[in-house]
Amino acid sequence: MDDGSGRTALDRRQLLQLGLGAAGGLTLAGLGAPEAFAAKPLGTWPAGTKGKSVFVGVTTPLTGAYSADGKDHELGYELAFAEINAGGKNAHAWGLKGKGVLGKHVRYGIADSELKPNVGVQAQTQFIQREKAIMITGCVSSATAVALEELAQREHVLNMVGASGANETTGKDCQRYGFRSQPSAYMACKALGPIVGKHYGRNKKVAYLVPDYNYGHSVHQAFAEFTKPYGWTEASKQVVPLSASDYSSALLNIANSDADIFVNIEFAAAAVNSTKQAEQFGVLKKMKLVVPNISSFQARDLGAKLMEGVYGTLDWWWILEDKFPLSKNFVTAFEAKNHYRPSWGAHIGYLQTYVWALAVERAGTFYPPAVIKALEASKAKPFETTLGKVWYRAEDHQMVRPVPVVLGKAPGAMKNKDDYFDLVDLVPGEDVINPPGLMGCKLGPAV
Amino acid sequence: MPSAPLLLSQAFNGLALGTLLALVSSGLTIILGTLGVLNFAHGALFMLGAYAMYVVIAHTGSFLLGILVGAMFMLVVGVLLERILIRLFYNRPHEDQILVTFGASIVIVEAVRAVFGGNSQHVPTPGWGEGIARIGFLFYPLYRLELIGIIAALLLLLYLILYRTSIGLVVRAGIEDARMVGILGINVQRAFLLVFAIGVVAAGVSGMLYAPIVSVQPDMGGNFLVEAFVVIVIGGLGSYPGAVVGGLIAGEIISITSAFDSAYSDVMLYAVMALLLVLRPQGLFGSEGRV
Repeated sequence: MDDGSGRTALDRRQLLQLGLGAAGGLTLAGLGAPEAFAAKPLGTWPAGTKGKSVFVGVTTPLTGAYSADGKDHELGYELAFAEINAGGKNAHAWGLKGKGVLGKHVRYGIADSELKPNVGVQAQTQFIQREKAIMITGCVSSATAVALEELAQREHVLNMVGASGANETTGKDCQRYGFRSQPSAYMACKALGPIVGKHYGRNKKVAYLVPDYNYGHSVHQAFAEFTKPYGWTEASKQVVPLSASDYSSALLNIANSDADIFVNIEFAAAAVNSTKQAEQFGVLKKMKLVVPNISSFQARDLGAKLMEGVYGTLDWWWILEDKFPLSKNFVTAFEAKNHYRPSWGAHIGYLQTYVWALAVERAGTFYPPAVIKALEASKAKPFETTLGKVWYRAEDHQMVRPVPVVLGKAPGAMKNKDDYFDLVDLVPGEDVINPPGLMGCKLGPAV
Repeated sequence: MPSAPLLLSQAFNGLALGTLLALVSSGLTIILGTLGVLNFAHGALFMLGAYAMYVVIAHTGSFLLGILVGAMFMLVVGVLLERILIRLFYNRPHEDQILVTFGASIVIVEAVRAVFGGNSQHVPTPGWGEGIARIGFLFYPLYRLELIGIIAALLLLLYLILYRTSIGLVVRAGIEDARMVGILGINVQRAFLLVFAIGVVAAGVSGMLYAPIVSVQPDMGGNFLVEAFVVIVIGGLGSYPGAVVGGLIAGEIISITSAFDSAYSDVMLYAVMALLLVLRPQGLFGSEGRV
């Protein structure tokens, strides 16, 4: 802007940038941030934090084959936002102060990702552009997870990733702006491998049913790796298209193999479908079923009879309420509101929202690089959560957290309608996480 | 290289899978072949049939009653759908028909999701279909074996009704020139309604018979719609014998490919379809210019 005197005055925009930069810098300095970030506007900051509220964009598949898991996921988020905004007993138990996050009410929008990465990206892009979303989160598919991580990195908006089990999410497709709470396939299988290896004994032959996408291949590779020390070998590997409904030809191959163990990697409705058909083809009589990552409603939809004696892992199961008070609070509040015990899809939504809120309060600002720093520094000061103490690894943003290994209960042993599993072990995250760098993670820049 | 017994097992499975695919495709091809309507709600109607089965079995435990009540329900759905929506689209371009039936399918799927939720519902195998049969070296689920016979009988029945009575003739003539057929004293509208409703019942019954095999959930129809289209493209759009033969061919392609590598079963199916579209665009039994 030229005021006519030959001097160029600052325009309003520059003035604002300077002011905000100074304010951001002061905030960081006041909180003893380890390094001064150049606090220029970044992504939706500070525009998204100016009013009395901030916005969080949530995507979850409310339609498509994962819609049951997606609905559960949504309910977990809704409960967390309600509790955080109310600032009641549960939020205080997590260590949050007052109402909202840093005193700001958290608004949120929930969009149906339809299980399609492009739809998820489109919805979150709108949340970022229209609502100035300060954080994005949610999905029930690794393909969508990876696409949203890319978006988050490009837009400089924090992304609490998942549900997503593929190694790539915190492996070769990791991003500085993405943080995942769910165990990777590597972690789940490293926790499960020795348990089934010891239980079923050495030198077993394994038949795999593998859905043809990054998650399926991740789990197959990891399970094979961690049962190899027990002499387990592959008798059959059936890779099936994601769109499959009839598994007869793949199951016929498996039934005709001389495998002792049937590892079913299919997820959600496909897991129910394929397990049901495996039973009809006699596979479950000939072989022991192992499910490395049990879907949220797999036991409920298949029935306890088919899941009896099945080993597997889950992100979380409601029986952890006996071990962790925050899980107890979660189960009680969720059941009161939704009339069933939450599954792990809901847990991921609930946990990630709280961890994000805690990280923002630790950082003392919504400024993304500062929140990233707070999450990356959590090893020194772990978060107390529904899973006990957890922290994110600075190298790849994978949450280091215990992995529950469970065993399907006999129908007669169930104490309530959701009581499908016994906890076999809660394997410490430190024992099963991959060495940093193994999966080729290179985090991008924060600024 | 797979062993001979495995190859033979897969060839047999191809036959069983093929009959299922033929049944699933029959409803689609009936409506397309006689009324000339591309029914994109076919998958949703398949799903609706499976849910009808689920509801009846949950209340009565009877599989036969499930089929009978389910078929009646689908008949009502078919009549309503035709009267309210489809009859307005007989003379509209294919694009309009695709859009309106696609829209109807979304409404049906989301209505079912609103009532039953997104979870998979369990439909048990009927008592007479439980267990595994042994045929020489082959072990095969009894229910799937029995389905081969049941489906063959159903397909024959549909064929006799539609192509060995005057109704199919009336409808096909009506599509060419409704006024002329009307002048001959034939109620064309009623024939259209009947054929559409029969197509809907065929879609629903295939969902009912498939229900004990697959997980019954709102989105289950989508994959079957795609497969049914592949089948009728191979067999010839709108050709009833084409749907049967196309179903069997598709079943064999999927199964035999799986004996070598299941990852390529879909690829092979689409490759054959593409090849056929190049060499014989009207499909095996289709005639050029029809539809």
